[in-house]
Amino acid sequence: MKYKSQKVAYWFFALSMLLLVLQITYGFIMGFARIGFDNLHEFIPFNTARAVHTNLLVVWLLSGFMGAAYYIIPEEAQHELVSVKLAYVQLISLALVGVTAIVGYHFNYWEGRKFLEIPRPLDYLVVVNVLLFLALILLTLYKGKRRTTTALVLSMGLLFAALLYLPGMLPFDSQVMDSFFRWWVVHLWVEGVWELIMGGILSFLLIKLTGVDREVIEKWLYVIVGLTFLSGVLGTGHHYYYIGVNKIWLIVGGIFSALEPLAFLAMALFAVNMYRKGEKKHPNKIALYWTLGAAIVSFVGAGLLGFAHTLPQTNLYTHGTLVTAMHAHLAFWGAYGMIVLAIISYSLPQMTGRKLYESSMGRAAFWLANIGMVGMTVAFGVAGVAQVYLERKFKMDFMAVQAEISVHFVVLILCATLFTTGIIFYLIDFYRHGRPTDQALEEIA
Amino acid sequence: MLSKKQARAFFLGGTLVTFLVFIGLTIYSFGTEQDQSNYGEITEQVVRGKNLWEKNNCMGCHTLLGEGAYYAPELTKVVERRGEGYIKAVLMSPVPWSPNGRKMVAYGMTDQEAQDLVAFFEWIGKIDLNGFDRVVSPLAKDKINN
Repeated sequence: MKYKSQKVAYWFFALSMLLLVLQITYGFIMGFARIGFDNLHEFIPFNTARAVHTNLLVVWLLSGFMGAAYYIIPEEAQHELVSVKLAYVQLISLALVGVTAIVGYHFNYWEGRKFLEIPRPLDYLVVVNVLLFLALILLTLYKGKRRTTTALVLSMGLLFAALLYLPGMLPFDSQVMDSFFRWWVVHLWVEGVWELIMGGILSFLLIKLTGVDREVIEKWLYVIVGLTFLSGVLGTGHHYYYIGVNKIWLIVGGIFSALEPLAFLAMALFAVNMYRKGEKKHPNKIALYWTLGAAIVSFVGAGLLGFAHTLPQTNLYTHGTLVTAMHAHLAFWGAYGMIVLAIISYSLPQMTGRKLYESSMGRAAFWLANIGMVGMTVAFGVAGVAQVYLERKFKMDFMAVQAEISVHFVVLILCATLFTTGIIFYLIDFYRHGRPTDQALEEIA
Repeated sequence: MLSKKQARAFFLGGTLVTFLVFIGLTIYSFGTEQDQSNYGEITEQVVRGKNLWEKNNCMGCHTLLGEGAYYAPELTKVVERRGEGYIKAVLMSPVPWSPNGRKMVAYGMTDQEAQDLVAFFEWIGKIDLNGFDRVVSPLAKDKINN
């Protein structure tokens, strides 16, 4: 287990963390705008801040996933990456495309399609970039000594994520069709193939941290990703209830999306059980916190809070309100944010040789970030439910309702501050690990 | 007890079957008989309006068909609610429109552009949204009945 090429992962993680900081900054800009302080309106109007906030989320997670793949695949395949130089080319081009897109959003250079705002010419560059990434990963896997289920599931997730980007590039005259196929990308990413990536990373971490037999862990990995697709693919229907397509989606989307929490429940039970079963107790407790945390918080955020507004009867009232923002924040944080932070926490000491396993800063980071994010979720939830009642039951005017609920955004900003403090602690720990060295990787035997 | 091979078969089989059903339902949904969006009524002007909608990322603040950013009002059925004159005034305003203190970007559109967007909103307003239109955009007459 010594692969010098794993070092590439460090720089993807560093980019990922940088983008996370920017994402949080734009989140604050929006939070303040909602309580009346939109002093930046002239330069960063709300729609710019919003596009930057959500796109940075996607890019920092993708950069984290890519880093995870560059770290995990050589170790699983027992083979160095086929080309470290090209991996750096891919990193730099990813950063360039990302930065160009983000800067462009400040100058009305975008597509105005929620989550997929990247303009078409840059879309093609994203495709080239991802193809290069996939080529490096898949070739390494192909040349490797062994093909593990963990590596296959992770690579499959990455491959499908790339393929599913394509429906978002189809041009339509009809807003309804545009919206329909936009969800092919967004939903099938976050409630489908990204869960393969998450499952793959989770499985790798559990094998390393708990010492439970790989065969057992990987068997359950198949069951979990099986449940994910069984419910998640047809669960896409919950985005189609009220956008102008056939009523059949009310039934199909209702039934299958109601099953979606099962996959997350299985994931949480799986992680906790493997931890209990494990005889080997890895000294890296912080990585274990984030790993188990990801499995549990994703069940609450994605599973339970998603279920809370997924039935057509409820969604009729909550569709297009802040209730969605409530669910989205905890779901993305739990399922994807935390798993990226988990793999970073695990791999940093391995790559740098500095074993800061017991840092109180690291623990504080975990708790502050999580408590802050739960607080933000509650603030969004209260604001969302109030909005639903006032606007949709009592038919109050949109802006009158916004004035009523603005106090919840003060709470949101306070909780976001707590969350940010946690992230800053995490970053300090990241920095204290220093740079990766060949020597550190050689020592892991 | 379940073997790893059976677990894999469950994953691959389940995925294949649900994905095929999903594609089948997608094709069914876009059949002419199932059309709820008056697809035939999409004129060139509506398409120009849609392009303006996207070019300016209106969804970054507003919602349409319930999709967007929840910062500014839902615009499904906005023509019925506000009337063409009001919408055009907002779009053509050279200074940020902020009737309640929340600012909108000053787009300063031409009359033609504003008209294109109104046409787009009119087309949106006629889509059958399976009941959502009455919840999200209560019309003046509904408010009186309540």
